[in-house]
Amino acid sequence: METNLICISCPKGCHLKVSLAGENIQEVKGNRCPRGKEYAESEIKDPRRVLTTTVLVKGGRLPVIPVKSQTGLPKGLIIAAMKILRETAVSSPVRRGDIVVENILGTGINIIAARDVASAGTQSKY
Amino acid sequence: MNMMSYDVVVIGGGPAGMAAALKSKEYGCTVALLERDADLGGILNQCIHPGFGVEYFKEELAGPEYAGRFTDLVNSAGIDVYIQTMVTAVNPERSVMAINQNGVMQISAGAVVLAMGCRERTRGAIMIPGYRPAGVMTAGIAQRYINIENLKPGSKAVIVGSGDIGLIMARRMYLEGIQVLGVYEIMPYVNGLIRNVKQCLEDFAIPLYLSETVIDIQGKGRLSGVVTARVDENFRPVSGTEKHIECDLLLLSVGLIPENDLSVRVGVELNTATQGPLVNNGLETNVPGIFACGNVLHVHDVVDNVTREALKAGEQAARYAKKTGVKPKEPRKILAGENIRYTVPNYYHPGAGEKVDICFRVSRPISDGYLVVSSPERVILEGKPRGFRPGEMEKFSLSPKLQGKDCSDVILSVRRRSNGN
Repeated sequence: METNLICISCPKGCHLKVSLAGENIQEVKGNRCPRGKEYAESEIKDPRRVLTTTVLVKGGRLPVIPVKSQTGLPKGLIIAAMKILRETAVSSPVRRGDIVVENILGTGINIIAARDVASAGTQSKY
Repeated sequence: MNMMSYDVVVIGGGPAGMAAALKSKEYGCTVALLERDADLGGILNQCIHPGFGVEYFKEELAGPEYAGRFTDLVNSAGIDVYIQTMVTAVNPERSVMAINQNGVMQISAGAVVLAMGCRERTRGAIMIPGYRPAGVMTAGIAQRYINIENLKPGSKAVIVGSGDIGLIMARRMYLEGIQVLGVYEIMPYVNGLIRNVKQCLEDFAIPLYLSETVIDIQGKGRLSGVVTARVDENFRPVSGTEKHIECDLLLLSVGLIPENDLSVRVGVELNTATQGPLVNNGLETNVPGIFACGNVLHVHDVVDNVTREALKAGEQAARYAKKTGVKPKEPRKILAGENIRYTVPNYYHPGAGEKVDICFRVSRPISDGYLVVSSPERVILEGKPRGFRPGEMEKFSLSPKLQGKDCSDVILSVRRRSNGN
């Protein structure tokens, strides 16, 4: 069997042609780099997406802080993860890379802060 | 008035400005970086989605992370950063007027780097008829409301235009519980990157309608609905295909325009295809010592390319300021031929012994085409057959060997291999 995928690893968006025998990939064509093959493997067996959203910051210079899953979460858990993050709040100051939720939904993947947010009233450093 | 002097003054503290400033600093210049917002990072601060840095950092970063890495470098490099500082004028002798809470500054600069980015086209640019209720806004404004200001712009959204920001916002709104009724694109093809169609629309079953657009906006006070229709090959609505859609939010993702008000006033000539400055292969505009990079030069689809371009502008600005550049010979033209919308740069200086990196975009999708590089007299090179899409910026390096002894003008074209598409 053959299935068509669009690689989302980079902006090139290669059109992949994947030959399958059951669940096993026999051949990937159309990828312009090795990431295409990795993507095809993952997309067929265990599709994952990096989740980015915002969570509330208490006492921060900004009301929310952007966060992301450190690596791709299983696609089926994205909505459940959003539900948890909607109810999550952190206290300022927050530094880029700080862990916001550890091991979300038992995946072993942390949700981390994607920027610095200083406390309200503090001058930014310039 | 504060009088100051720097080797290099960079206008705009987004990814382009930060990379240019860092590079000039690396060349031993004194550098001022002027930013009108309260933070460095530019538009990246509201682009919280992943996918940045795959080429430059070999990692998939969120926009604010990419900005943060550069901000940290800028802060430790000894660059003088002026935030909440608005540049009001640049003059051809490279003196930069700016204003902030401390008053007016006049900065004399050895070289100036323009890195002001771009802005979104609005409803006026595409002239959608109808009422003017609240709830009609650009995709980037909605992005700022949701990602930075924690505001919900509506609950039932329609998106017109299939630019990348619109596609990204379709997913973002879906995840935040806003119903996304569809993306309507007047062209028969998608404007944004194909991977965003996959991961932002298809992943969440958000419908995409090609050759359809919004022809009426309804509601007084607040948006109550829009009317969509199919369009014919001349982009005219086809009667009988109208659909009424109830919604309270209409996002426009219909293109970006380089923000060149300052550049034009100092006499910088613009390319009519990009609305960005015409530049040579050192990214210098027609005004000596004024350089341009990033989205103020041409709209990029990937920030990694902005960084690469800005590093070059920073280097060239530093060389100019330090007067270490080679005195260039008469420039040769780089011209956009068949199926090419534009090239950057537009000129190159022969005999420098350097390769000339050329970016270009095709004017329409070509599934089976090949690049042709020619001089007025002969074909210099023919590329391998492949597909080209207007949404994707293409790169080509003109090596010294290809420039030839005569170093003539160069014309880039993409030809179709067959008569089909």
